[in-house]
Amino acid sequence: MNGSTSQSRGRPLSPHLGIWRWGPAMAVSILHRAAGQGMAFVGIPVFLWFLYALSAGEGAWVTFFRFFDAWYGRVVLIGLSWAFFEHLTSGLRHFVLDVGAGYELDTNTAWSWAVPAIAIVLTALFWAAIYLR
Amino acid sequence: MGNGTSIGRVRGLGSSKHGAGHWLQQRYTAIGNLVLIPWLMISLALLPVYDFPTLHGWASQPVTATLLALICINTFYHARLGVQVFLEDYVHEEGNAFASIALLNIVPLAAAVFGLICVLRIALTTTTGGAA
Repeated sequence: MNGSTSQSRGRPLSPHLGIWRWGPAMAVSILHRAAGQGMAFVGIPVFLWFLYALSAGEGAWVTFFRFFDAWYGRVVLIGLSWAFFEHLTSGLRHFVLDVGAGYELDTNTAWSWAVPAIAIVLTALFWAAIYLR
Repeated sequence: MGNGTSIGRVRGLGSSKHGAGHWLQQRYTAIGNLVLIPWLMISLALLPVYDFPTLHGWASQPVTATLLALICINTFYHARLGVQVFLEDYVHEEGNAFASIALLNIVPLAAAVFGLICVLRIALTTTTGGAA
C-alpha cells in the first residue's frame, strides 16, 4: 500500500482515502464502492444460501429462515437492502455523470447529498411496506 | 506511425478498440440489475408467508426460475467486474494482486454455476401445496 515494492515505487497509485479532502462527492463515491463490495462479499453468499436452502428441502429452508428471522439476520438483510438502494441511487447518478451532465459544482454537491438521503428513505419505505402491511 | 523502435510501433498502433469493454459491461449489467433486483425484493415482500411450500412454489415457476438464474449470471458478473476494480485499486503488492485476480477468475464463476444448479433443482422438483 505504501509503494514499497520495486514495481510500484514512484508510480502513480489510485486515489487513497488518505490523500483526499473529505467532501460530499468523494464520500458518495466511497459509499458506492463500499455498498457494492458489501453486496458482492455478503449479498451473494446470502443469495446462494437462499437458493441452496430452497433446493435442498424444508429442513434446510427452516435453518435459513431461522437465521434471517433472528435479530442479527434482520440486521444483515436491512444492511443489504440499504447497500442495494445506496448503490442503485448512486449508480443512477453515475449514469447521469457518464453522459457528461451534473458536473457543475452546486449541482454535483446537491446530488451527492441527495443520493444517500434517497437511499435511506427507500430502505425505510421497503421495510415499512413489509412490516406494516 | 512509428516504424523504428518497438515503443514507437506500439505508440503508433493506437487503441486496441476494446479498452472500454470492462466499463461498458459494468453499465450494461447494471441496467439488468435495475430490473432484476427490484423484482426480487418486491416479489419476496409480496409473498403472504415465508414457509417452505410458499417459497418453493414461487421459485419453481418457470418465469421466477428464469429471473433467479439471470441474477446468477448478470448480477454475479456485475459483482465480479466491481470486485476487479476494487482489487486493482487497493491490492498493490504484486503477489497478492496476482493471487486475488486469479481467485477472481474462479470464485464468481463457481458461485454462478452453483446458483444455477440450485435454481435448476428447485425448478425441476415438484412439491404439493403452497400459498403462492
